[in-house]
Amino acid sequence: METQFTTEFWRNGPTPGGLYQFPGQGNNQKVSQYGPAKHTLNLSRLMKVNDSTIIGAGGDYADYQFLKSLIEQRVIEEECLNDGFNYTPNSLYSWLTRVMYNRRSNFNPLWNVFVVGGLQNGEPFLGYIDKIGIAYQAPTIATGYGAYIAQPLLREAYEKNPNMSLTDAERHIDRCLKILYYRDARSLNKYEVAIVTKDGSIVKGPISSNPNWEVAKMIKGYE
Amino acid sequence: MAIAGEDFSVIASDTRLSQGFSIHSRDLPKTYKLSNSTVLGACGFHGDVLTLTKVINARLKIYENEHHKKMSTTAIAAMLSTMLYYRRFFPYYVYNIVAGLDDEGKGCVFSFDPVGSYERESYRAGGSASSMLQPLLDNQIGFKNQQGVERLPLSKDKVVNLVKDVFISASERDIYTGDGIIINIITKDGVQEERFPLRRD
Amino acid sequence: MAATLAAEPITGGFSFENCRRNASLEKMGIKPPTAYKTGTTIAGVVFKDGVVLGADTRATEDTVVADKNCSKIHYIAPNIYCCGAGTAADTEMTTNMISSQIELHRLNTGRTPRVCTANRLLKQFLFRYHGYISAALVLGGVDTTGSYLYSIHPHGSTDKLPYVTMGSGSLAAMAVFEDGFKAEMEKEKAMKLVRDAIAAGIFNDLGSGSNVDLCIITKDKVEYLRPYDEANLKGVRQGNYRYKKGTTAVLKKEVVKSMFEVVKTQVKTTKPESMDTT
Repeated sequence: METQFTTEFWRNGPTPGGLYQFPGQGNNQKVSQYGPAKHTLNLSRLMKVNDSTIIGAGGDYADYQFLKSLIEQRVIEEECLNDGFNYTPNSLYSWLTRVMYNRRSNFNPLWNVFVVGGLQNGEPFLGYIDKIGIAYQAPTIATGYGAYIAQPLLREAYEKNPNMSLTDAERHIDRCLKILYYRDARSLNKYEVAIVTKDGSIVKGPISSNPNWEVAKMIKGYE
Repeated sequence: MAIAGEDFSVIASDTRLSQGFSIHSRDLPKTYKLSNSTVLGACGFHGDVLTLTKVINARLKIYENEHHKKMSTTAIAAMLSTMLYYRRFFPYYVYNIVAGLDDEGKGCVFSFDPVGSYERESYRAGGSASSMLQPLLDNQIGFKNQQGVERLPLSKDKVVNLVKDVFISASERDIYTGDGIIINIITKDGVQEERFPLRRD
Repeated sequence: MAATLAAEPITGGFSFENCRRNASLEKMGIKPPTAYKTGTTIAGVVFKDGVVLGADTRATEDTVVADKNCSKIHYIAPNIYCCGAGTAADTEMTTNMISSQIELHRLNTGRTPRVCTANRLLKQFLFRYHGYISAALVLGGVDTTGSYLYSIHPHGSTDKLPYVTMGSGSLAAMAVFEDGFKAEMEKEKAMKLVRDAIAAGIFNDLGSGSNVDLCIITKDKVEYLRPYDEANLKGVRQGNYRYKKGTTAVLKKEVVKSMFEVVKTQVKTTKPESMDTT
């Protein structure tokens, strides 16, 4: 019998959620986006995996929740072994790469894009994985609409200062998310930030940036 | 792209990963060191490239443990061909070039299509700019359409310089080529890496 | 009229006579030819004394760079310029056509043309063709009533804004504008902002590349800076690629005596020039 998989999906916003990260100080950030309907849900798309690893997701929220529960279970099993080993950003990244690739090869992809961040042997780690198994590591990553709007700004900031402090990184993230709020019709002025330092990992927020609508006064008509 | 010399071979790739009109990464070499005498160049669908290189590396380890020796370049090429043809009806969308030294220590280059057809050549260009690079290599290394040319054995320096020039030209005209290149020079002493920047637009 | 061998265009407007034939050719599986596109980042800002327009200089044909230094800032009138993105032929022809209409209008009225006039002409022209003329424009200029900047979409809609971007690199450029735009900027600041916006497009969008062109329009001066900035330097060649003598095959050799008719013979002595000893 023929098996069919659905490629129809629900996701929270027609563009996959932006996810913006800086590894400068092992800092990983993301924005939550909400659906076209009048929801104002506080849906977090960032997940703390352990003290050195965080992930953020864009795309289908159900698929993300499915994967999240899978990861949580694996983290518990890892804890139970109590052998001193834990998931590292690299191991989680590598595993996610296989999961995503195998799902796409069975014509049943998880409709997500993930960014894995954290500290790998004390070094900042930042990796990207998408729904068809494309994966890479880079110093700055932005997905969805953010790839077009935030990435140019992040790349420039990173090139100017590859060793930025956590405050610098957070400032750049806020700057980018503010512009995404201006230019992405389906974004809200509300985001979360996940940060990994040698002292551990946290998910902060929701945070609102401080928008400036002064230019609105300069616009009259269209002719 | 790869070029085989008398007792060395050179394989190089640019380091840009892109999709559509945007750049994913500026630092992602498409050459993968498989052993001290073999380097693989692979481009196409990056998800398949990752999978293929992972499987190749696993197969190399199995071989090493079973036979207590490293796999030779010619054997790797033959293995890759069967691996590709195994997926004849759901192919890896990957264009491969294997470069290294053969059993006699001579430089060798093998080029593949995505479903496992392969042949040994002395030079080969693959990927998005291959239609621009290959004619230049035909001219400069194959000396095609030239008369009475002295065929001196290629020197390493000449090959490395040619590789750089060829990539400089490709990055001028192909929008998917740029950012930088990694040149792997394979000799009996191992694999030596050299980086060279390209334009970033 | 239809029977002429070399049909001359009788009236203005486009010829649609091959439409049906081409449609049936396409059905048979013949691919239509591709046009040059200017993948493009174009942008402009209004500053204190005028307008700064900017553009990259790459034209592409699919994934190949067709022109490494093409000009995308088009002349409309002495006080009005227009950046074009989209199909190169469409932007070029559209701006040319509107430029000539504006010039006629100027001769008729004897007044400096206004930016809003050019905007109206462009949008009405584009609207007529339902977006089939793929010209996305950034129109800027200074007239007696002030400095203006418009973005005009291929379907004919327009925006009047203090800063606009268009083309495939428009998002990258707009991010820079949203980050750095201030009202009533000085000229230098405005130029730097536009340069940075175009550079963001050049480096992050594969459809844009090469140099930055700028055009600064103020009340009594136009500065057309081309190139304003070479964002990318071409790599330096390492080798020499001249063919050695004798490597080109000689396929045939023939000596032909050319036939001259001696009309007149003259023998002249010429004095050798004295040597320059200074």
